[in-house]
Formats: sequence, structure tokens, C-alpha cells
Amino acid sequence: MSQDTAAGKGNLFNIISGIIILAGLVVTFLRFTQGLGGVTNLDNNNPWGVWIGFDLLCGVALAAGGYTTSAACYIFGLKRFHSAVRPAILTAFLGYAFVVFALHYDVGRPWRLPYPIFVSPGTTSLLFEVGLCVFLYVSVLFIEFTPAAFEWLGFKKIRKVVVKLTLALTIMGVILSTMHQSSLGALFTIAPSKLHPLWYSTYLPVYFFISSIFAGMSMVIFEGTLSHHYMHGLMDKTHLDEADGVVLGFARGASMVMMGYVFIKIIGLVSDGTWQYLSSGYGLLFLTELLCFVALPAMLYGIGSREKNLKLIRWTSLLTVLGIVFNRFNISMVAFNYQLPSSQRYFPSLMEIVISIFVVTLIVTVFRFITTRMPIFYEHPEYAEHEEEPAAHGHGH
Amino acid sequence: MDAIYTLHDFMLNSKNWIYILMGLGLIMYVCWWLFLTSRDEPKRIT
Repeated sequence: MSQDTAAGKGNLFNIISGIIILAGLVVTFLRFTQGLGGVTNLDNNNPWGVWIGFDLLCGVALAAGGYTTSAACYIFGLKRFHSAVRPAILTAFLGYAFVVFALHYDVGRPWRLPYPIFVSPGTTSLLFEVGLCVFLYVSVLFIEFTPAAFEWLGFKKIRKVVVKLTLALTIMGVILSTMHQSSLGALFTIAPSKLHPLWYSTYLPVYFFISSIFAGMSMVIFEGTLSHHYMHGLMDKTHLDEADGVVLGFARGASMVMMGYVFIKIIGLVSDGTWQYLSSGYGLLFLTELLCFVALPAMLYGIGSREKNLKLIRWTSLLTVLGIVFNRFNISMVAFNYQLPSSQRYFPSLMEIVISIFVVTLIVTVFRFITTRMPIFYEHPEYAEHEEEPAAHGHGH
Repeated sequence: MDAIYTLHDFMLNSKNWIYILMGLGLIMYVCWWLFLTSRDEPKRIT
């Protein structure tokens, strides 16, 4: 009976994702035959739209679970989070890979994407730094992901070499993430007259970096919740045993980081003297973002981890993920060009939204394809408690 | 409170508030940590 239900869910997923992918392919054809003007509402005032605001800014922030989880496990030695590392690395790798994929739609001449790195590096540009870091970090994440693929393919020797690089790759991942997560925020510091004063701050790089930490942690909890619901049968005993500890530990960590974030946002308001804007419409939006989508989930995470209420934590992770999307949308679209008359403001076209949904669907489809084949939620029997892997030392302690 | 006329006045005023908020924030941060960990089992030191 339960197998029938699972098969039914699988078929429904295939049908819905098939329709979305088909629609995405049609819009892709239009985008590359009609140009940006044919499918988007972008113009000279608003050259960055939902593809940057959602696919890139939200994609990068929500993929931060990769570096937070691997840093917690391999650098801070919290080995009880080991079972969460592979799913987090896979989510991060797919997130970043599809950020690059989505960027091909957004830049005018996508075939020139490698130019800033290999042909004409603009070393004084923040965008160059973001591009270089993302390019390097996608490569690092790909290498971090390969042991699972090698175990699946049976390439024992090369797997052994890559596993020995785990700590070095983790350190590189943390450095590269620190650099480009903050630089994405720093991009907006070149437009002080365009971004509303409540969101504009010279601390934007700090805000983006700190928010990426709890975005990543929340995404690990949220992704884990969905995986447990839909892919429970793929998980081994170790993964299932450690799952609750991961949720409780990450909720506590995220709660502390989010409280710190609320605190530095208030300090930023005082430092820039932008209190008076809080009574305006934008002020209401800003307070909604800060209180309902950061302070409230910080408290709910705290209460949930203290009382070991897993259900509360899981719902809070969804609220936090939505809050990150809300924040990135506000900075890149809602509070950006706020001084323009409403007739010149940007709102994404249906085809832009279709491409964004298409990209998310592709991520979920590839994630499902990989997790049903490779050892992501379980240890491969031939490599279980492998002595070379630093994380393996944690089992049994 | 004195009126703010110059950049120096503004900096002095905002810095004053920042120092006060930092102090309060740090105290609240410790309190929040104590709240979060208040139901943890005490660690045994052997």
C-alpha cells in the first residue's frame, strides 16, 4: 500500500516536473532566438531582475549549507553532523552549478562568460571577484562531491586520493564562500542613490555573509525534512540516528547567528542615522523582514531546540528560507530604484518566472536522480568506516 | 538632547547610541545563550 503511494507520488512528481521542463525549454528557445527583450521586462533602469534576485542571490545564499556543514564537521570537529555533509555538499554543488546555468540566460553574450577569468580579468571589479570565487567554488564543490560518484562507479583509487583532500577542500570552500557571499552584498554599495537607505549600508557585505550562514543552516534542515519525507527508504541507520541531532544542533546555531544578525542590523540603522524612514511604507517592509522573518524564527529556533520540538524547528526553517528570499528580493528589486515613478519600476514577466521555476525543477530532478543512485544518504557498504576519511573517525565516539 | 548641526554632532550622537546598544546587545546575547542551554544535561568532567 505504502509502495503504491510512493509510486503515485513519484509519478505525480514526474508529470509536474515534465510540464515545467517543457515550458522552460520553450522559453529557453525564445530567449536565445528573440534575445533578452523578447522574454524579459528588463530595461536600462533595471538591468538586473528576478534572474539575479532569485536564481543568483537566493541560489548562492541558500547553497551556503555546503560550507557551513562541512566546516562544522571537519574544521570545528562536530562529527555528529557527518551524515548531513554529503546531502549538504550535493545541494550546494547543484545550487552553484545551476546559478552558473541560470546566468547564461541573463548575460547578453553567454558564450563570453569565461572571458573575465581567462581573457580580460578586471581585477578592480567586485563582480570579477564574485565570478572568480564562484568559478573556483563550483570546482571545489564538484571535487568534494566526487567521492560519492566514485563509490557508485567503483573507482577506488581515485576516491582514496580525493578523500585525502577533504580538509584542504573544506578550508578552501570556507575561504571562497566568505569572499563571494560578502561580495554579493558589496555589489550594491556602488549604488547608494538607487538602494533605499534602510537597506543600503556600508555593512552590506557583512549582512550578506552573516545571513548566508543561517540561510545555509536552515536550508540543511529544510532539505533534510523533505528528504526524510520523500526519500526515507534510501537512508541508512547512521543517517536516521543522527538526523534529529543535526536538526537540533543547527537550530541552536542558527538561532544564535540570527540574533547576532538582528543586532548588527539595528547597529547599522543607528550608524547610518536612518531611523526616520522606519515610519514610512518602506519602513514597514523593512520591519516585517527583520522582525517576522529573522527575529521571530530566531526565537522559534531557540524555543524549538531548547524543548527538542523538531516539528517547530522544521517549520521555522521554511520561514527562514522564505525570509532570505524576501531579503534578497527587497535589496535587488523592491527597494532598488525606489525613487523611480511606478511606471518605470520593474516587475518580472511571466517568462522570467517560468525560467526561475524551470531552474529550481531541474535542481530537484538532478538531486533526485543522484540521491537514488549514489551513496548520499547512506554509507556505501564497501567504504563504510573507511579509515582515510577524516569524518569516519567520529563514528562510535 | 542637543540638536544635531554638524557631522561631528551626528557622529558623536550615533556613536553614543551604538556603544549603549552594543553593551545591551552583548548582555542579551549571553542571556539568550543561557536560555538556549538551560535544559542541557550538565557535562561530566572525569
